[in-house]
Amino acid sequence: MTGRGVWFWIGAALFIALAVALALVVRNEYVFFAGFVILQFIVLATAWNILGGYAGYVNFGTSAFFGIGVYTAIFLLKAFSAPLLVQIGVAAVVGAAMGLGIGLLTLRLRGIFFSIATVAITIIAETLIINWKFVGGATGVQMLRPPVTPPFDSYIKMLFVVLAILVVIAVALARYVQDSKLGRGLRAVRDDEVAAESCGVPTLNLKLVACAISGALMCAAGAPSAMYLQFADPVSAFNLNYSVSALAMSLIGGTSHWIGPVLGAILLGSTQQLLTVTISSEINVLVLGLMLVLFVVAAPEGIIGLVRRLWRRVGKGSP
Amino acid sequence: MSAALLRVDKVSKRFGGFTALQDISVDIRPGERFGLIGPNGSGKTTLINCISGALTSDGGSIVFDGHDVTRLPAYKRTRRGIARSFQVPRPFRTMTVLENLLVAIDFGVESHGLSGDQATAEVMAILEKIGLADKARVSSGQLSQVELRKMELARAMAARPKLLISDEAMAGLAGAEIDEVLDVLLKLNGEGITVIMIEHIMQAVMRFSERVMCLDAGRIVCEGTPAQVMDDKRVQEAYLGA
Ligand SMILES: Nc1ncnc2c1ncn2[C@@H]1O[C@H](COP(=O)(O)OP(=O)(O)O)[C@@H](O)[C@H]1O
Ligand SMILES: [Mg+2]
Repeated sequence: MTGRGVWFWIGAALFIALAVALALVVRNEYVFFAGFVILQFIVLATAWNILGGYAGYVNFGTSAFFGIGVYTAIFLLKAFSAPLLVQIGVAAVVGAAMGLGIGLLTLRLRGIFFSIATVAITIIAETLIINWKFVGGATGVQMLRPPVTPPFDSYIKMLFVVLAILVVIAVALARYVQDSKLGRGLRAVRDDEVAAESCGVPTLNLKLVACAISGALMCAAGAPSAMYLQFADPVSAFNLNYSVSALAMSLIGGTSHWIGPVLGAILLGSTQQLLTVTISSEINVLVLGLMLVLFVVAAPEGIIGLVRRLWRRVGKGSP
Repeated sequence: MSAALLRVDKVSKRFGGFTALQDISVDIRPGERFGLIGPNGSGKTTLINCISGALTSDGGSIVFDGHDVTRLPAYKRTRRGIARSFQVPRPFRTMTVLENLLVAIDFGVESHGLSGDQATAEVMAILEKIGLADKARVSSGQLSQVELRKMELARAMAARPKLLISDEAMAGLAGAEIDEVLDVLLKLNGEGITVIMIEHIMQAVMRFSERVMCLDAGRIVCEGTPAQVMDDKRVQEAYLGA
């Protein structure tokens, strides 16, 4: 392992330790309600960036994957009373399969045509669930939480820690993809797909792998939502807000490095939580839109780009 | 077994109702320097797109190095040894010149078994030969036109091809630059690589090629030694548009 790799894993371990410590010490449950959502957005944005950022395939289907993750958990719960980790694990497998299937259908399309196709996927997935009575159909479904597992004293704290672990898995995967041969191939695809293919890059295969990893993480992020709200209905599970947020957070953070979506999700996610408490959740979309416009105009490379520019300026300024 | 490295047999390509290539057949021998000429829009690029796999031909077959590659995707043809440059350069803009070539060696050469340093060394040797070594760490988005065209050739070479197809690598270049690129192609051919050169600049094609083929409106007008082709009435007509 390289020096940087060691630091990454030390950071990841500290992060999880911090999450556990918070869960054991802090009493106010609201912290974990809000924290859960922010961590969930980190996973979603990180997942989105693997296809959308590294390969440049702008995906509007995050909500489809997320919603299918929610309903995978609900199905497993109702049918088999499956425990939380099984729900998440199966959701990841379903998400990977879904990513492969959808990828095969849509990844031959380039640019805007791919993006439009992914919008349709959310609509199809939502329609399917609306017509599936076993998981509650259009009216939705209510669920009871099973007893919490020690050492946690509340279910929501446990969910928070589970999400923290999911964040580490997602970021580690994104980081691995970025530094691997797969990552370089995807970058070539993003820069020029025709040239990539002529250099021997199996462009379709790489895009499929990226789409499967991305889909697995998105579905896995959705699964714990069922227990978080103890209620699910198709309209909120497939809410387009997930698609828009994942994309916006990646773009605002910066798509060229795994840290970008993490920063974007923390910034936007906490802003959204703050606004929801202080004003109303309706204003979130507006703020999201404004920040996206601001960044596209003023800092097209996102926070990463801004920091790099500052860094260079400071570097030049010093003797 | 035939002696040809590349056998193009009755290849056709249509775009909608428009026939861009009609029954093109040609054999390229190993080590040959082959020139492909023809007026603008005659189908030269389309033919090499069909050979390299960027397009799939509608009819006919393409056999390379003893294997039928007619239906193979482009990346597999590259791995079998067909490399090409693009008429309009297509660099990976966010990458340095070195990284551009590393993509080609890592993906274009199957299980090369090289370490990162060895791959870099091999790629640097190519850049050295092509005269781009000093630009290795420069972002490809910042290259001049000549440098971009050289990088196109260098990147094609990084995939260790048996056949190199150069699509108008000299277009828009001035006197000395043309000679530079010509020298590069001759040098590569001297190392045993078969070269198909598409070129508009007649002197360059004629100096370079052992054999020349002329296309017009998707058909072969004639084929022969440079002198024969230059003297052919039909070639002169095709170029004068008579
Ligand atoms: N992708 C395409 N779609 C439609 N027509 C094309 C396409 N590519 C080439 N053509 C047409 O095919 C003909 C041959 O083009 P091309 O092979 O690029 O000619 P050349 O390289 O000899 O100048 C031209 O008339 C061109 O307009
Ligand atoms: Mg052409």
